[in-house]
Amino acid sequence: MNLNWQFIIDSLPLYRQAAWATLKLGFWGILISLVIGLICSIALYLKLKGLKTIVKIYIELSRNTPLLIQLFFLYFGLTKLGITLSENTCAIIGLSFLGGSYMAEAFRSGLEAVSRSQIESGLSIGLSQAQLVRYVIFPQAFSVSMPSVAANCIFLLKETSIVGAIAVVDLMNVTKDLIGMYYQTFESLLMLVAAYLIIILPLSMLLTWLERRVRYAEFGN
Amino acid sequence: MEWIGVLIVNKKDSRVLLEIKNLYKKYGETTVLDNINLSISKGEVIVILGPSGCGKSTLLRCLNGLEKIQGGDIIFRDKSLVNGDVNWQEVRQQIGMVFQNYELFPHMTVIENIILGPVKVQKRDKKEVMEQARQLLDRVGLLDRENSYPRQLSGGQKQRVAIVRALCMNPEIMLFDEVTAALDPEMVREVLDVMLGLAKQGMTMIVVTHELSFARAVADRIVFIDKGRICEITEPREFFTKPKTERARHFLNRFQY
Amino acid sequence: MQSLGISILFTGVNMQRLFEGLMVTVRIAFISISIGSLLGIVLGVIWTSKSKWLRSVCRLYLEMFRIIPILVWLFVMYFGVTTALNIDLSGETVSIIVFSLWGAAEMGDIVRGALESLPRHQVDSGKAIGLNPWDLYQYILIPQAVKRMLPGAINLATRMVKTTSLVVLIGVIDVTKVGQQIIERFRVEIPTASFWVYGFVFILYFIICYPLSKISRILENRWNG
Repeated sequence: MNLNWQFIIDSLPLYRQAAWATLKLGFWGILISLVIGLICSIALYLKLKGLKTIVKIYIELSRNTPLLIQLFFLYFGLTKLGITLSENTCAIIGLSFLGGSYMAEAFRSGLEAVSRSQIESGLSIGLSQAQLVRYVIFPQAFSVSMPSVAANCIFLLKETSIVGAIAVVDLMNVTKDLIGMYYQTFESLLMLVAAYLIIILPLSMLLTWLERRVRYAEFGN
Repeated sequence: MEWIGVLIVNKKDSRVLLEIKNLYKKYGETTVLDNINLSISKGEVIVILGPSGCGKSTLLRCLNGLEKIQGGDIIFRDKSLVNGDVNWQEVRQQIGMVFQNYELFPHMTVIENIILGPVKVQKRDKKEVMEQARQLLDRVGLLDRENSYPRQLSGGQKQRVAIVRALCMNPEIMLFDEVTAALDPEMVREVLDVMLGLAKQGMTMIVVTHELSFARAVADRIVFIDKGRICEITEPREFFTKPKTERARHFLNRFQY
Repeated sequence: MQSLGISILFTGVNMQRLFEGLMVTVRIAFISISIGSLLGIVLGVIWTSKSKWLRSVCRLYLEMFRIIPILVWLFVMYFGVTTALNIDLSGETVSIIVFSLWGAAEMGDIVRGALESLPRHQVDSGKAIGLNPWDLYQYILIPQAVKRMLPGAINLATRMVKTTSLVVLIGVIDVTKVGQQIIERFRVEIPTASFWVYGFVFILYFIICYPLSKISRILENRWNG
């Protein structure tokens, strides 16, 4: 198979741009997911009345429907009701809606891993509620959640591949266009796979390292 | 005179430090502690004995505000811990507690575990606290482990660190909740030795334990609890040789096999 | 206006067409899950082999799917492999191939995890009563492993059903595509069509996936709690 190297070099800038777009969307999606996840997990942990039910419904809706349909609904559906959102905004909202529930689960399992007796032990040396959260609950919950949070980040970055479907100029869309216009199928696909490898592979290695570290630091007193 | 950083007061200064009056504790409908009356003087060592599930641990937890009580009063240094505004944060600094499962903070080193309370809660000077912490660690034979994490220590070592952590707050009284129950038999001794040393130096202590010979050696008074009630309060020699109640006799028989 | 909007779902044969589209989605999911599970069980057993080399190959195979998004695999298979081999595969066939291969990788990992979590002495006591490797798997290991892997496997099925939504992007006429056709057809008469149709598809997916993830969670709590 002869690859058209000239074509690959020529289309590099396009891919670089698209990769940036993917990363930027991913970054905002992940950031907002983290915020949503944190709020939801705290609402669940503290068993806040009312809010807890809403959070539970949100988590079920978000986890049991595909991102693509969420995006179509946001982008095409809501427009028709007078709410017009740009592609990028839609993509970020969609990713955050999806990611928030995954992050919430990750944080919640971390919070629940902090045992009641650890909290009592903190109380017994006179820590205030705020100090308890800062010095005892948060650091422990954080290190337990870390691997799942990292896994969710990878998951969300991969899910960005779907936002091309609502006309965001991302890696998928560029690839599709290039295949359609120039019939340089292999070259385009090669670049696509390479781009995702470059984005995800380092993260995936970081995740493996994190998982090993947390397992090493196992808490069982 | 000082032992491991704790100021020593004349033993059995007849001043009452802690008084429990008519204390009731219920879980739902079940009464766990029924009309408990007990007063502890400064420098006194009280050992609470009784069968499993009799309420001994619960009593300790009530004294540290970890359990709510349904009736009665607890007076600590002439102030009620039940009626009126109780600043538990303040009180807990003066009532040290050591738990069965050590409960060191796994994400902190030994020294960080010890200085957290004194520095963050009591706002004491870090340098001074470090010095005291090292002195205490030295006394329990763990000075070389100050930078270890709890997971790198044996059970006995963890429990000694936990005792130091409570001591470093300079408490008025120490509560020990079955602190050797989770330990390998070989490690029980090293922890009991530390506690014995503390008692000898005049620390006020309330100890819940199943180690009868230790109780006999360390206690000024034995409190025997069964089914949530205090059955007898006696001197150890009398308790172990001629217990007054049938229940206590029964309890001792079971252990002396 | 609103009652006008929702009526799109009940106009003519729209509802029937949407369900026909849904059947395509369900068919792809069902076939892929079945093939993926079977291949995955084989893969998982191979994965527990003592050969370091074999284990690395399995691991690499899984990582390929963990690192590259499924949509990219669909593209590679749909545009690349068909061109390279000069064969013509329908979008549906491509989807089933990709989902099955992916499902096998994930299922393999679940099966491996379940088998490895079984206590070592189970194997020894099996051997001690003279079972051959085949009997060992059939009577001792698999029945116990099933309990440990079922929650994960059902969870995987939920993920696969959700992922079938992507097939519309390589030209399969699935429930989403039918929805798009209906929206297109009624765009003048019913301007809010896309809201109702996509909302409906959203709910359809939820109705399929929610019970699955619920069952998975219940089983997990019961068996591993």
